[in-house]
Amino acid sequence: MGKIKINKPGLLTTVQDGGRVGYQQFGVPVSGVMDAFSQRVANLLAGNDENEAVLEITLMGPEIEFEEDMVIAVTGGDLGAVLEGEALPLWQSVLVQSGQKIAFKAVKKGCRAYLAVAGGIQVPAVMGSKATYTRGKIGGYEGRALKAGDALDIGKPSASLDKLKDRSVNQDQYEYPQEITIRVVAGPQEEAFTDEGINTFYSSSYAVTNECDRMGYRLNGPEITHESGGDIISDGIAMGAVQVPGHGMPIVMMADRQTTGGYTKIANVISVDLPKMAQAKPGDQISFQKVTVEEAQQLLKDQEARIEHYRRELSLGTSAEDEKKASSAQDSPKIISRKELFRYRKGGKQYCLTIEEIEE
Amino acid sequence: MYESTRYLVAGDRALVMEFGNEISTTINEKIRAMSIAIDQKNVAGISEIVPTYRSLMIHYDPLVITFNNLKEQMMELEKELKNIELPAPDVMIIPVLYGGEYGPDMTTVMEHNSLTEEDVIKIHTSRDCLIYMLGFTPGFPYLGGMDERIATPRLETPRTKIKGGSVGIAGKQTGIYSIDSPGGWQLIGWTPVPLYDPELENPFLLKAGNYVRFEAITEEEYQEIKPQIENRTYQCKVMPLDGGESRG
Repeated sequence: MGKIKINKPGLLTTVQDGGRVGYQQFGVPVSGVMDAFSQRVANLLAGNDENEAVLEITLMGPEIEFEEDMVIAVTGGDLGAVLEGEALPLWQSVLVQSGQKIAFKAVKKGCRAYLAVAGGIQVPAVMGSKATYTRGKIGGYEGRALKAGDALDIGKPSASLDKLKDRSVNQDQYEYPQEITIRVVAGPQEEAFTDEGINTFYSSSYAVTNECDRMGYRLNGPEITHESGGDIISDGIAMGAVQVPGHGMPIVMMADRQTTGGYTKIANVISVDLPKMAQAKPGDQISFQKVTVEEAQQLLKDQEARIEHYRRELSLGTSAEDEKKASSAQDSPKIISRKELFRYRKGGKQYCLTIEEIEE
Repeated sequence: MYESTRYLVAGDRALVMEFGNEISTTINEKIRAMSIAIDQKNVAGISEIVPTYRSLMIHYDPLVITFNNLKEQMMELEKELKNIELPAPDVMIIPVLYGGEYGPDMTTVMEHNSLTEEDVIKIHTSRDCLIYMLGFTPGFPYLGGMDERIATPRLETPRTKIKGGSVGIAGKQTGIYSIDSPGGWQLIGWTPVPLYDPELENPFLLKAGNYVRFEAITEEEYQEIKPQIENRTYQCKVMPLDGGESRG
């Protein structure tokens, strides 16, 4: 299919999917999108698999030219996307024409935008993932952030562009406030901190510093005190882990985090709040609130139900039909005649029982 | 090792089984046994496991299995561990070119320990080193078991670029840089065998729980294996760890 061309790369634009799972035991970071909620919805709008690779755009966005008619969807933070100078609607699939250009004018809300293209961004998978891990120089487009002049291949859309365009989800707009409350579950090393330190962590507000990237967010605020130092024998690090080294300032570990580390972790950001964390930018204020692991997992189930709702809303009905066509073409015997035996209605759905005479 | 394993919450999609609070081969054997048991059990919802010095991090999908359910299953599995037949760990023989341009800090290590180059090589190749975990950079092994007679402090000023494959000493540890990276280890040699090659189906030479044995090779021997290394057909020699040491 067609290509998209990067005229200007922006601050940091990378190809990312759901991440490189299964290689942490060999020291390979997971990488993948920082804000998985926005990426998944962008893909659903574009008729892609939810895990498909998208462009992750950071603060100052790129200028991209479409070399063919395509359907795109931009979600996540509002970085001032314009198509040929006109404001581009977010959280909506849009038909773009060959030769048209999208640009990003200014950060209005949030920190990262996600651009999905119907058909997906076609780069080779490395260890099962298209995610760019820039420090390890693997994945994405040549293992690096995009540069001016790069051209990315786009796959075949799952349906006609007419069917895919102008679709939106009824999403309760997240406002990307500059003061946010992030929910965490305590541990795994909460006991390494003094009661006072724990109290400080949950009752203070921490500012996002300039040292915040895909690896982690360094925060600044009141010092969190340890019982006896911030070092431990290195162990595993999950996404959202809140590390507190000896200096007492928290660091929230994100998508490109190293797989293991030797600092105490006071708490871990819950899955449904990771997108909020990913949209925080330098100067934003963060306070932490403790929930139980059961609550966190229930919140995640609720979020999945919401995504499932979008999935149904946006279903094109094509995949099931295509599968049926494909299977009848390959495996099923030829049908000679078909007779409907009876029909009935239940729960607003209609059912039909048929009998088919097939070829031997 | 703790009397009973601690089960720690690491967010809503990872659980940590912590077996102790020191670095020991006994704990590592337990981690290795548990990793093998989990692999065999094929528990639905576990996405990956990460062994470290004294714990095992289990990444899971909470939409498939909850923390409490996973913890119960792991506690049951722990009870069955003694019934699991563990294969002996593998010892991977790593060919190393010692000294000269390959090991610019060889002299420092010799002088610090009042040894000849021959002694340093002999001591460095004499022991099998346990791979406690991989991390830092893809494929980088954290090794244990180096003979302390060649222990040498790190460089005061780290190098900004060290060639992947460089074999070094930092205090009582030895290790191999898996990719070009900055670092402060005293470099005594270099292995031409890549520890990490993302183009291969299995990109990693080493695995936690196995062992590394260094083997000195000459420049001539290197030239002999070089074509195989370059066309990616070279296989390091592997042997099972000598009996008796594999289980605690």
